[in-house]
Amino acid sequence: MDVMPKWAEVILVPLISLLLAAILSALVILGIGEDPVEAVKLMVNGALGSTYGWGYTLYYATNFMFTGLAVSIAFHARLFNIGGEGQAMLGGLGVAIACLYIPWPHWSLALVGAAVMAGLFGAAWAAIPAWLQAKRGSHIVITTIMFNFIAASLLNYVLVNLMRPQGSMDPATARFPEATNLPTLHDLLAPFGIEFSKAAPANVSLLVAMAACVLLWLLIWRTRLGYEIRAYGHSESAAKYAGISPVKITMIAMIISGALAGLMAVNNVMGEAERLVLNSTEGAGFIGIAVALMGRSHPLGVFIAAILFGFLYQGGAELALWTSIPRELIVVIQALVILFTGALDNMVRMPLERIFLALRRARSSKPERKEG
Amino acid sequence: MEAYLTLIQVLDSTIRLATPLLLACLAGLYSERAGIFDIGLEGKMLAAAFFSAAIASLTGSVWLGLAAGITASVALSALHGVASITFRGNQLISGVAINFLAAGMTVLIAQHWFSQGGRTPSLFAGGRFEPVTLPFADSIADVPIIGPLYSELISGHSVLVYVAFAAVPLTWWLLYRTRFGLRLRAVGENPAAVDTAGVSVIGLRYAAVVICGILCGLAGAYLSTALQAGFVKDMSAGRGFIALAALIFAKWRPWYALWATLLFGLFGALETRPDVIESLTGMKVQGQLLGALPYIMTVLILAGFGGKAIPPRAGGEPYVKER
Repeated sequence: MDVMPKWAEVILVPLISLLLAAILSALVILGIGEDPVEAVKLMVNGALGSTYGWGYTLYYATNFMFTGLAVSIAFHARLFNIGGEGQAMLGGLGVAIACLYIPWPHWSLALVGAAVMAGLFGAAWAAIPAWLQAKRGSHIVITTIMFNFIAASLLNYVLVNLMRPQGSMDPATARFPEATNLPTLHDLLAPFGIEFSKAAPANVSLLVAMAACVLLWLLIWRTRLGYEIRAYGHSESAAKYAGISPVKITMIAMIISGALAGLMAVNNVMGEAERLVLNSTEGAGFIGIAVALMGRSHPLGVFIAAILFGFLYQGGAELALWTSIPRELIVVIQALVILFTGALDNMVRMPLERIFLALRRARSSKPERKEG
Repeated sequence: MEAYLTLIQVLDSTIRLATPLLLACLAGLYSERAGIFDIGLEGKMLAAAFFSAAIASLTGSVWLGLAAGITASVALSALHGVASITFRGNQLISGVAINFLAAGMTVLIAQHWFSQGGRTPSLFAGGRFEPVTLPFADSIADVPIIGPLYSELISGHSVLVYVAFAAVPLTWWLLYRTRFGLRLRAVGENPAAVDTAGVSVIGLRYAAVVICGILCGLAGAYLSTALQAGFVKDMSAGRGFIALAALIFAKWRPWYALWATLLFGLFGALETRPDVIESLTGMKVQGQLLGALPYIMTVLILAGFGGKAIPPRAGGEPYVKER
C-alpha cells in the first residue's frame, strides 16, 4: 500500500529534492566567491529578459525535450538509456544525408524527410544495444556507453574522410542547401505581428518537440502498448506472466527512445548549424537524463524540466560572459539535480514516509483501537 | 635492431597509457566484486587528477598532491556509498551524477583558484613524479637486447607505474587468499548469505567502495602529475569508461585486468604511431578505428562472442535485509 498520498509523491518529493540541489548550487556559487542572488538575477535577465534570450532558452529546451523524452520512455520500461548522446550524433548524420543528397523543393518537405532519417538513424543505433540486452543479456547501460564512444569515432571518420567538402580543413559537412533551412521563431511569429529576435536559433523544431511530448503522453497512458511498457517496467515477472514479451518491449521502448534522441538533430543540426560538425550534440544526450529524472518521466514534467534546463543553459552562458563564473556551473547544477532527484531519492522519501505514516496513525488510532 | 627499438618504444608508451587504466580497472574490480556498480570511475579519476595537480602546484610537493587527489576521490566514493548503500539509490544514476559533479567542479574550482581557463599551472620538479631509474639501468643500457629492454622498458617509469603493477598480485592475494577477500566476493554474489553469517554487508560494501576510491585517486594523480605536468579540463578523456570496458573484458579478475588494460594501452600507443601499423600489416588502419576498438571488443564480449562475461550476481542491487 502507498504510504504517501499521490500529491506528495508527484510534487512534494521532487520539489524538496530540487530545493536541496538549488541550495547546494547556491553554496557552490558562494564558495567560489560570487553572490548567488546576483548570479540568479543575471541568469534570469540573460535567459528571459529579451526575445533574444528566450530564443536561445527555447532552442536549448527543444534539444532537451527530445533527449529527455528519449530517456523517459526507456525509464518507463525500466531501461536506462545512457546512449542518447550517440543516438543524437547518428541522428545528425541522418539529417545531413537527407539534406545534402536529396533536392528538397520546400523546407516543410525537407523537415519531414530529415526527421524521418534522423529518427531512423537514432533508432538503429539504439536497436543494437536493445537487441543485445533482450537476446544476449548484455547490460544495456554498458553497451549504450560503449555505443556513445563508437558513434563519436564513427562520426569523426565520416566527417574527416567521407563528407568533408574538398579543400576544407574543418571536419564538417558542407552547408545544407537554402531550401532545407528551417524557419526560426522570428519567421513564424512575424505574420502574427509579434516581434521576435532574428538572431536567436529557436525554430520550428520546437513545435515538433511539443508535438512529441503530446504524442508520447498518448502512447504511454492511452494505448495498449504504453500500458505494456509500463507494466513491464513495474514488474518484469508479472508482465511475463501476463503474456507481455520482454524482447518485444525492450526493442520497442529502445527504438522509440533512440528515434526521439535522433530527432534532436533536426533542431541543432538542421535548424541551427545548418551543417553537421563534430560534437554537434554538446552533451544534450546526457542532460536528457537530468531532464527525465526531474520531470519524473512524465511528458509534461519533461516539457517543464527541459525549459528549466534551457534557462540554465542560456543563463549560464550569460553568466560566463559577464562574470568569472565558468559555464561549467551548469554541469554542477545538472549533477546535483541528477544526484538528488535520482540517486538520493530515498533520502528525501524515507523521512517523508515516516511523517505521513505517523500522521495517519495519529488520525486512525483515535476512533478504533484494535491492538492488543 | 631498428625494429626492436621501435617495438620497445611502442611497449614503453603502452605501459604509460595502461597504468591509469589498470588502476581504475582494479578500482572498479573491488567495487563491482562487492556488488556496487561504478560508472563514476571517470569522475573520480578526474577529481583526483585536478586536486593532486592543484595541491602539488600550491605546495610544491607531489606527495601532498597525491594525498589530496586520493582524498577527493575517496570523498566521491563515499558519496556513491551513501547514495547506493545507505539510501539504496540507483547505482548507475549515482555514478552518472558523480561524473558530472567532477567534470563541473574541477573546472569551477580551477578557475577560482588559478584563473587559467580551467587548468592548473604547469608542474615543475618536486611537483611531479619523476621517472625512477632502477639499479644498474644505466650501466647495462648498451648491452644488446637486454639493455634497452631493462633500461628503456622496465626502468624509468614513475613510482605510480610500479605501484599499479604491484597492485595486481596484491589484489589477487587479497581477494582469493584472505578472509576479507572471500567475504568481499561473497557480498557481491549473495549478500543474504553473508548477512546470515553475521558479517556486515554494509561494512564490507563501504570498505570496497573506499578501496575503489583510493585506486581511482592513484589513477587520477598519475594522469596529472606523472603522465602530464598539470591538470587540463576533462583530462581523464573517457579513460574511466575504457577501464570499465577492460573490467568486463577481464571478467572481473585481477590478472586478466592486467592483460586487458595492457591490450587497450597498446591500442592507444599504436593510435599515435600509424607508421608502425602500416609497416607491420601493410595496410593503412584508420586512427578512429583503433580508438573505437576497445569499445567494439567490449560490446562483442558482452554479447557473448568469445567467452561469456558474467558479472557478480548481486551487482547493482541494493541489499535489503529481510523483514
